[in-house]
Amino acid sequence: MGVRRIKPWVFAACLIPLGLLVWRGFTGGLTANPIEFITHRTGDWTLRFLLIALAITPLRRLTGWAALASFRRMLGLFAFFYVVLHFSTYVVLDFFFAFDLILDDIVERRYITAGFTGFVLLIPLALTSTQRMIRRLGGARWRRLHRLIYVAAIAGVVHYYWLVKADVRLPLIYAAILAVLLGTRLWFRFAKSAQKRSRVVSPTKRSGDVAADAGTVG
Amino acid sequence: MLIKQAPDIRSSEITDERLYRNRRQFIRAASGAAVGAVAGATVLGQYDGALHAQEPISDLRKSPLSTDEDPNSYEDITSYNNFYEFGTDKGDPARYADEMTIAPWSVRIEGEMHTPAADVDIDDLLRPHTLEERIYRLRCVEAWSMVVPWVGFPLGDLIKRFEPTSKAKFVKFTTLHRPEEMRGQRSRVLQWPYVEALRMDEAMHPLAILAVGMYGKTLLNQQGAPLRLVVPWKYGFKSIKSIVKIEFVEDQPRNSWNISAPNEYGFYSNVNPEVNHPRWSQASERRIGSFFRIRTQMFNGYADQVASLYDGMDLERNF
Ligand code: HEM
Repeated sequence: MGVRRIKPWVFAACLIPLGLLVWRGFTGGLTANPIEFITHRTGDWTLRFLLIALAITPLRRLTGWAALASFRRMLGLFAFFYVVLHFSTYVVLDFFFAFDLILDDIVERRYITAGFTGFVLLIPLALTSTQRMIRRLGGARWRRLHRLIYVAAIAGVVHYYWLVKADVRLPLIYAAILAVLLGTRLWFRFAKSAQKRSRVVSPTKRSGDVAADAGTVG
Repeated sequence: MLIKQAPDIRSSEITDERLYRNRRQFIRAASGAAVGAVAGATVLGQYDGALHAQEPISDLRKSPLSTDEDPNSYEDITSYNNFYEFGTDKGDPARYADEMTIAPWSVRIEGEMHTPAADVDIDDLLRPHTLEERIYRLRCVEAWSMVVPWVGFPLGDLIKRFEPTSKAKFVKFTTLHRPEEMRGQRSRVLQWPYVEALRMDEAMHPLAILAVGMYGKTLLNQQGAPLRLVVPWKYGFKSIKSIVKIEFVEDQPRNSWNISAPNEYGFYSNVNPEVNHPRWSQASERRIGSFFRIRTQMFNGYADQVASLYDGMDLERNF
């Protein structure tokens, strides 16, 4: 199936978590503490979309399915979409614009500091996600800027690890997945430079792979 | 008093044997004490299901110590709470707590006391006590709160019965440990069994109660049936649930959350808006069921009654 055909479906699927929240809202399924529930669900999906977006490049390399790359931007933007919902829930529903308390939280609660860092880092990425911005910045600079997603994802995991009271199992699972995703990038980097070095001695036929990699952020 | 009427369904259709027995226990305890033998006999005579479990409770003594704030709904109180023995999600207790058997139930009483250590059957434990309604604010360390119409009796009355010696400086409580029925205990999220403790003068304070019911009904398992502590001026986790042991001890015990994270949870854990949890602010709270946050009050609004317990203590250090 062509990418063009699948894309709308993936897009719709990415809206399912929001749809479920709205559904629960109408059917009284948001628990006794709806604001907390919404905060948790939108936070979960922010982190999940960050990880899914980060999984694209390793998957592409693993499967050789180059078309996967064209989903990356959408998935990253969905991570941003959910963090905007997450942050808005916090500002509007939880604290109802009590900016003194919010500021206090951002400065003094380390888990909020971490989450806020992740959120702020994602803003320039969302703003520069258009074709025009890619052209304006130039591929190399754009790619360097978009490596911020690594830091944002780490901040997100740290945020989660710091906010749980005692049960760190889930945050650690997310941390492990993130470590694998970032680890493959390092691994590819080493593999690539090793390849380059060996090519000086004996040129191989792997240049096609290298070209495919060059088009995307590692 | 607000009592939700359940539709008229025969007990056999909705109540399993265990619940049925638990309710009978409750009726006996309540009737034996508050209502008197005659009324109790009548109630027992009529008893044919969950509905009537409410009857003796309408005669519950009201207490001047109750707040006049509106209690949260039965549904909210019983579907949203922490009881890590059943999982760390606040829906887990309601989901899984009925896997716990609470009959038969006995409480081990031991330690520095004049009466001999004993395993006391729950019925015998409750029989001498007069149940009353205590409508209390409950403030969770996670910055949410509720108002709960407990049914219970002063912890101090029970303590006096067992005559602690002058060496008994603290009262230590332990929750049931039964991983095969309490799935949360199968992972070491906290150190099991859960333990909590109060200083003797805190335990003797009239606000501290042992609860057996809520909204005129026996406690549901997720609320810590059949017997739990309620200490309304402290964060919720001090109010230990499903108690199987009460000990009088000389040295200050360490409570489970303090063992888990000593710099975050102290022994006292008094509600205090000025001492923040290192990870979140304690200045405000969300009352379940209302939208706007409210300011948290010192000692959860019970300062007039309990502040003197802590005269001269640095509450910043003894958090
Ligand atoms: C990259 C950015 C972020 C990610 C990945 C993220 C992720 C998460 C996750 C996974 C949770 C836990 C959900 C659960 O327990 O099921 C959470 C909770 C939460 N997040 Fe975020 N978050 C981010 C940014 C923020 C920001 C900017 C704020 C507010 C300034 C914030 C405030 C909160 C709050 C208040 C909670 C609930 C804490 C609690 O229940 O104690 N987060 N977030």
